[in-house]
Amino acid sequence: MASVTSPAPLTGVRDGRLINIVSNKEALTHAVRPAELERFRDMQRLCYRCAEEVAATLEPGVTEREACRRMRRWLRANGVDDWLHTPFAWFGDRSAFRGFKIPTQFLPSGTRLEEGMPYILDMAPVRRGYCADIGYGGVLGENRIWERLDADLAAYRTLILGLVRERRPFAEIYAEVDALIERQGYENRHRKYPGRVIGHQVGVIGGILPKGVGFPFGVRFLQTLGRELVKERVAGRSPLWNGAAASRHPPTPGLWAVEPHLGFRGVGVKFEEILVVTEDDAYWLDDDLPHVHRWARREASA
Amino acid sequence: MTTAKTRRRVRGDGVDLAVYEQGDRSRPTVLLVHGYPDTHAVWDEVADRLAVRYHVVRYDVRGAGASSRPFGRRRYTFDYLMADMRAVLDATAPERKVHLVGHDWGSIQSWEAVCTMPDRFASFTSISGPCLDHVAHWTRARLARPTPRNLRLAAGQALRSWYIYFFQTPVLPELLWRAGMTRPFSRALELGEGVRMRDGHPARTMPRDGASGVGLYRANMAQRLRKPRDRRTDVPTQVVVPTRDLFVSPHLVGGLADRVPHLSLRPIAAGHWVPRSHPDVVARWITEHITGVQGGPLTAAESRALRRARADRDRRPFEGSLVVVTGAGSGIGRATALAFAERGAEVVAADIDAATARRTAELAGLVGPAAHPFQVDVSDLSAMEDFAKSVMHEHGVPDVVVNNAGIGMAGSFLDHSVDDWRAVLDVNLWGVVHGSRLFAAQMVERGEGGHIVNTASAAAYTPSRTLPAYATSKAAVLMLSECLRAELKGKGIGVSAVCPGIVDTNITRTSRFVGVGAEREASGRERAARAYARRGFGPERVAEQIVAAVRRDRALVPVTAEARFGYLASRLSPGLMRLLARIDLR
Repeated sequence: MASVTSPAPLTGVRDGRLINIVSNKEALTHAVRPAELERFRDMQRLCYRCAEEVAATLEPGVTEREACRRMRRWLRANGVDDWLHTPFAWFGDRSAFRGFKIPTQFLPSGTRLEEGMPYILDMAPVRRGYCADIGYGGVLGENRIWERLDADLAAYRTLILGLVRERRPFAEIYAEVDALIERQGYENRHRKYPGRVIGHQVGVIGGILPKGVGFPFGVRFLQTLGRELVKERVAGRSPLWNGAAASRHPPTPGLWAVEPHLGFRGVGVKFEEILVVTEDDAYWLDDDLPHVHRWARREASA
Repeated sequence: MTTAKTRRRVRGDGVDLAVYEQGDRSRPTVLLVHGYPDTHAVWDEVADRLAVRYHVVRYDVRGAGASSRPFGRRRYTFDYLMADMRAVLDATAPERKVHLVGHDWGSIQSWEAVCTMPDRFASFTSISGPCLDHVAHWTRARLARPTPRNLRLAAGQALRSWYIYFFQTPVLPELLWRAGMTRPFSRALELGEGVRMRDGHPARTMPRDGASGVGLYRANMAQRLRKPRDRRTDVPTQVVVPTRDLFVSPHLVGGLADRVPHLSLRPIAAGHWVPRSHPDVVARWITEHITGVQGGPLTAAESRALRRARADRDRRPFEGSLVVVTGAGSGIGRATALAFAERGAEVVAADIDAATARRTAELAGLVGPAAHPFQVDVSDLSAMEDFAKSVMHEHGVPDVVVNNAGIGMAGSFLDHSVDDWRAVLDVNLWGVVHGSRLFAAQMVERGEGGHIVNTASAAAYTPSRTLPAYATSKAAVLMLSECLRAELKGKGIGVSAVCPGIVDTNITRTSRFVGVGAEREASGRERAARAYARRGFGPERVAEQIVAAVRRDRALVPVTAEARFGYLASRLSPGLMRLLARIDLR
């Protein structure tokens, strides 16, 4: 793995072990070192393990609330002490945010999983300051539409990475993603997220506010994000990545949770993982992920 | 194509029946039963067409044509009619199942036959003659729940049955028939249904047939309507439903599927004497139905037609329909293709861009039956002719055609060059003309109806200094649709003009902005795209309206609120529209 340490000093660079010094003052945008990256990667793997294990327990009749409860318990049992946001689960056409008008509709509902239904598990836990934010899509049994969507989703991982490497402005990348969605005949569903974001910056979460509090967003995360919004604004950037004017800037070095979300006829698919952006390059934090393997298998069998 | 017709006499229950046979006796037998006041000759055209493939048997029912005329109404009850039919079957097709077809009273007694002796029939086609017991149940169900709609439907059939009440009066009907009703009857047939008098129909024996056949009504109607029986049949049944029948309401088929598990419905925009007015269609439907029942080889179009006719409860509304959409590679076209596919239609997705058409077909195949992409430039006449031909040869005649392909162009009139005008009119107007002309011809030729949807625009009735060429082309499409609708109404083909308004599609990004440089054009497109996106009205919602327009045969569909407002304002206050037209939207 190439070194990702930025040559130019950025805000909040510190030497030493970060786990002990996470604080309110810790910026989201800062140069990350290999050791730190390792911790983020571990965290992301933990999340995907949780997603896979919880997904394996999903059976017809399970509600979204129950699925979220299982994720929360699993993560707590594995040392998670805070949340960027508490886990979400969307079943059936809720995976494509069909009919979502108000933010409370994102919260886990009593919708029950049925045979052939797609689902998405989305979790963003924090453990000793290090966070991950992942999205995990699946389907209970067979669903032709989901298969097709999921196969097409693979292109976005390549597209986004390529464009970030070209250091195209975030807003332009967003537009390119939209163009691909339109060519494929799908709907952009990440625009339903707060701020219409396709991604947001993540980092070490700290602060004096209490841990593990927040519904659904952790207060420490909100505090960090709020501060960053102000600070980055001054620099003409934004920790939220969408298609608006505030995102008309080249990729900001740091860690970005990227979450393209497609919908088609009541079926939604997404992936979410951390993209490492450096001054002159970018790469996905981890390629050893369930969806990456699934796409490779499908590619090989095609 | 007339095949030799042999005649013989068969002894029925107390009567001599004149029986006519055509075609190869080794082929499957089709029994055609005529109605009142007809004779077997009403089937001449249909029988000739069927005799090529089948052994066709017809007979004059008791009291009609060359069969003998029993006296007294008792001799016309179902028992006698069934005995006659059995005698004919025993004589012409012993020990085999026949395919039964009935029209009018022939259909009424055929219902009795398939319900009481189902083992003798392989299939049944009913035309304009309901099962009397079902009518009684149907009427009771309507009156038991007297909603305005139910009352209207029941009254509709009650009015259509005026002659039945009259036939219950003694002597008078006979006297009228004898006094010479043939001429007025023939006139009424020609005026009402477009069926010309020919040798055999109305028959020379009509005064006698009409007078004797009154017995059918007196012997059975009141009895069955008063005490309906529970009549059901497992015989695969298709009901041809003429929607302009002056005597049998098309709504009578309601609830029939509960009693007939293998039921198909074939609506047709025709009057009561559909075997005379549409012999090709009737013969084709009988053949398709028989072939389907026998499990014989069917073309793609035939098996789709059978699926379209099936009256299953969980049937999707466009199951078995073929839908052609132009400009299906993006926007409203793609959404429309998907909306139809989702409802069971087989879609032909045509676009000038082959890749996008393929993609639409692929998506349509995900939500519905396998779809077919096609690359075509709608403004190119010969390409459109090839397109129409290959659709017909490969998939059959479409049931719905959506002429949707269009391009946008904005700018002042003086900035539009002649070529600009040509470009807009070629696609927006000529594309619709070609599509309507070629596919309407196919639909008329087939004779089973259909629907044409033309995508116009709110600009069609909203003048604007910014869109002279575009609005002109769309206004032309709107008028074309209205004219075409008037012409095709009689053929059972609906025409709808859809006027979407501001819909978030890629038309903004492909529109030409004339009279400005490339840079201002790009920024204009960007601005328009953003404005359209802010409006936030997706093409899917237009597609829903298009589907609804086809189902309800709507003439003009302004879709968005601004399109509806514009339509209203253009009718209430053209002056206001002229004022608004002066705003430069660029």
